[in-house]
Amino acid sequence: MTPVRISIAAAIGSVLLLLIVLELIRGRRLKERYALLWLATGVVLLVLSIWRGGLNTIAGWLGVTSYPPAVLFAVATLFIFLVLLHYSTVISRLTDENVDLAQRIALLEERLSRERPPPREG
Amino acid sequence: MSPRIVAVVPAFEEEAAIGAVVSEIHDFDPGIDVVVVDDGSRDETTEAAVAAGAVVVRLPFNLGIGAAVQTGFRYALEQDYDVAVRLDGDGQHDATELPKLLAPLERGEADVVTGSRFRDENGGYRPPLGRRLGITWFAKLVSLLSRQRVTDTTSGFQALNRPAIALFARDYPSDYPEVEATVLLLKHRLRLLEVPVEMRERETGSSSITFLASLYYAVKVTLALFVGIARRSAVPNEEAQR
Repeated sequence: MTPVRISIAAAIGSVLLLLIVLELIRGRRLKERYALLWLATGVVLLVLSIWRGGLNTIAGWLGVTSYPPAVLFAVATLFIFLVLLHYSTVISRLTDENVDLAQRIALLEERLSRERPPPREG
Repeated sequence: MSPRIVAVVPAFEEEAAIGAVVSEIHDFDPGIDVVVVDDGSRDETTEAAVAAGAVVVRLPFNLGIGAAVQTGFRYALEQDYDVAVRLDGDGQHDATELPKLLAPLERGEADVVTGSRFRDENGGYRPPLGRRLGITWFAKLVSLLSRQRVTDTTSGFQALNRPAIALFARDYPSDYPEVEATVLLLKHRLRLLEVPVEMRERETGSSSITFLASLYYAVKVTLALFVGIARRSAVPNEEAQR
């Protein structure tokens, strides 16, 4: 069985994560679309830490007999990987958009300089 | 009417060489417009290119060779050129070799003509062993994928017609772009032709490819080649062929 103290600590940790994420959204420091995965992480971890029977059952399926809380770590790790992978796709998209913007600016500046002399710098 | 031709010259910190490159193209054929893409240089590349009479498109920061070249193709598409030729800003491509690239394009034999250093068996170019291995590996791989003989997949000495310009303006690989670009062309059913050319030794600067970079290059491009075949294309075939 999962020790009660671990369940309590994990539940507190999950609730803290959820509160921090919600506060960041409220303060507009985190966009909802990037918060969704974090919220899902918090909810899943919270459910698994409160629902002790469920955690033990899942541990049983996976053959984790000696120490069920290991499943909590595994699930948390999985979600962190998902969040990081998601960020990699976001960075890739931002890179593409950044290149496109830089190219457009350069082309527009060239066109502008032909229509009127460039402004003095400084 | 003869086709309107633009020479696309990507340049990163080539203030010493760029002026000569631009003048050489103009000396060879004053009818060819030259657009230098300054890839965020901190030196006087832009000033040198302007002084030599080129149009300069100056990127706000360094984007890397692929995006710089693509900027030139976007310019060519915007300005409605019939043909774009690409030469490197370091002077290794000889403007007097341009007719070899342009002739097959004008005869409609290909959509892209690449100048190869290896096509001619008695050509003088012998790259160092490491690079030769890499070049051979990609040449074999691309030849296999394209079912035609390709000998120089890293050559940046190319001439393109309108459909090819339109394709590359919309979708062009990022760093070390030439190998992937070859596969992109074939995916869009554009015809590629290689002609033997001679290239000069680099006049100034050093090659952008160091040892570690070569390793990254080899792995990245091999991955891109295999994934690229299955990848969704950014441009539908019909549009690129327009």
